[in-house]
Amino acid sequence: MNIAIASGKGGTGKTFVSTNLFKTFQSLGHSALLVDCDVECPNSLLFFDLKKLSDTIVKEYRPIIDTNKCVYCGLCYEYCEYNAIFYVPELKQIKLLDNLCHGCKACTVACKHGAIENSSTEIGQVSFFVDSEKHIFLEGRLKEGKIASIPIIKSTIKEALSLSSDFVLIDSSPGTSCPFIQTAVRSDYIVLVTEPTPFGLSDLKQAVETLDSINKNYGVIINRSGIGNIEVYDYLEKNKIPIIAEIPFSKEIARYYSEGKLAVSYLSEIKELFEEISNKIIKNGNSIS
Amino acid sequence: MKVAITSRENSIDSIIDSRFGRCAYFAIYDTETKETEFVKNPNKEANEGAGPASVKFIASYRVEKAVSGEFGFKIKSLMNEVNIQMIVIQEEKTIKEIVDLLNK
Amino acid sequence: MEIAFLSGKGGTGKSSICSAFISLAKNVIAVDCDVDAANLYLIFPPENTIETSYISGKNAIIHQDKCIECGLCKELCQFDAINIIEGKFEIDPVSCDGCALCFRQCPSEAIEMIDSDNSKLFFGDFRNGSIIYGRLSPGEENSGKFINVVRTLAKEKSKELGIENIIIDGPPGIGCPFMSTITGVDKVIIVTEPSMSGLFDLKRTIDVAKSIMQEIYVIINKYDLNLEVTNQIKEYCLEMNIKIVACLPFDKEIVDAMINSKTIIEYNYDSDISKRIKEAYQIVFKS
Repeated sequence: MNIAIASGKGGTGKTFVSTNLFKTFQSLGHSALLVDCDVECPNSLLFFDLKKLSDTIVKEYRPIIDTNKCVYCGLCYEYCEYNAIFYVPELKQIKLLDNLCHGCKACTVACKHGAIENSSTEIGQVSFFVDSEKHIFLEGRLKEGKIASIPIIKSTIKEALSLSSDFVLIDSSPGTSCPFIQTAVRSDYIVLVTEPTPFGLSDLKQAVETLDSINKNYGVIINRSGIGNIEVYDYLEKNKIPIIAEIPFSKEIARYYSEGKLAVSYLSEIKELFEEISNKIIKNGNSIS
Repeated sequence: MKVAITSRENSIDSIIDSRFGRCAYFAIYDTETKETEFVKNPNKEANEGAGPASVKFIASYRVEKAVSGEFGFKIKSLMNEVNIQMIVIQEEKTIKEIVDLLNK
Repeated sequence: MEIAFLSGKGGTGKSSICSAFISLAKNVIAVDCDVDAANLYLIFPPENTIETSYISGKNAIIHQDKCIECGLCKELCQFDAINIIEGKFEIDPVSCDGCALCFRQCPSEAIEMIDSDNSKLFFGDFRNGSIIYGRLSPGEENSGKFINVVRTLAKEKSKELGIENIIIDGPPGIGCPFMSTITGVDKVIIVTEPSMSGLFDLKRTIDVAKSIMQEIYVIINKYDLNLEVTNQIKEYCLEMNIKIVACLPFDKEIVDAMINSKTIIEYNYDSDISKRIKEAYQIVFKS
């Protein structure tokens, strides 16, 4: 079962939930895999003592224009929807603007003169890690300055699914745009982490709208309960959205998190709470598949 | 010599458009014939790469200078490659006033 | 002056601190570039709002009556957007990048490119000036362009209304929307928090930001949650020659202010946090 841990708004505790949930799945004896798909800022693996096994480079298509063969017909320029081909026939100038190229290959298909060769560029990587108990961790990472996070998310999840594991826990990108939806469509169940504040609620609504539009099953964890107000509860009740659990606000939890430690390893009440959460997620996830 | 000036509208009384890639019009001024031609910028609503596409657009008019309120950092190197000199004017001058400046 | 607030990771309190700066600026154009999760309007409810729809790009659709099921589109697509569902070729709008290659190559002209126009742009007045924010339709892509559009509108309004300062609440992450936010702004304020992941993200954010611009400031929020990491952040910033303009303690008051739809400055002007934010504001705006 693929379980994505997501949140409309950043900083609601998505990584906190993913990492502690993973530790709990392990301690309950489940075969589980932790996958960090927050490719722009992957950091869930910082909570574990890991050794890197290998990297798989993620590449994107790039054309190479051979100016000796080019007849300056302009067809590749016309085909490019992204203005990534800088073409001034009057000055016999043509070149690829790498940062605008989406790697769609349209220019290459367009060229009738064999002036465009196939190539690729590195946009990020999927890394495999292992802990002292041989548990596998995966992390997708966007190369700095690159903008295409989707191919990295896709590759990371693909690699994760090729490993046989009963449960794949995916720390998703924040927000509700493409990276989130790409993770969600590849998941069987989505855990939305929110906080009971007006910001949290506004972003939760947007995430719910997105998940409903792709018919996904999900539940909500209310993190830092005790701060904020009750509007979020009213919304969930009104829309019949299941609350998986509430995690109380505590400075102690925040401190363990800031030190890069897992609260479930230090606080018995949090350990019990996460065991309950794990069982609920497995039950909710199975009830639909 | 031809000069491209970014313009908000299509008359010599229009004010310079501060954006380069997404300006409304380009005023193409010819310093020899003293004529100004206004052309709509086809890249105004481009999804991406409006800047480079506009460099290409004015380069095809064989301009040697471009006047605008700002040039993005991606644009500057392309302008150099096509030998177009950039002139930044941040005051809200009209096309006519800029043409007068060019003739001085 | 155009100033952007950023934070590599979300939830560092960026929007709360940004809204405090907006209160202090008094007459300002507030821009919410966190289009995935626009929140500023909750603190600054706009009046006389003008709504416009925004074409975020194009998507391909297949007309089944014309499709001859040759499979060329699926073969050409670099985005894995074409699936065979119950024997029919269909385009997944979420994966479609709008490159139009399938549209151009289809031998039976069965593919059409259509505008995706479900995203919205809002502009209105609020108690400190004007506010601009956008809302992408669910799962919509390409927030980089959206940010360009929102920022262009902000600049137009700034000229039109004679409001000099633009304050931007930026997007999380360091991808395309981030790049579109920092390109061309005068100053950037990065809001971070003292956790291992916060420090890690801060480094990544500064690395990317430094390649584009000079004037970068840092605010450490909830600095007292982990003094050791706070010190590491300070050392790192010193090394990178980046000025830390405020260290804010953890305080529930920030959440209380938010629940009351107020900024911390409006909620408690004389509090310790407000005082520290006012000092930061002075440094950023006067330097």
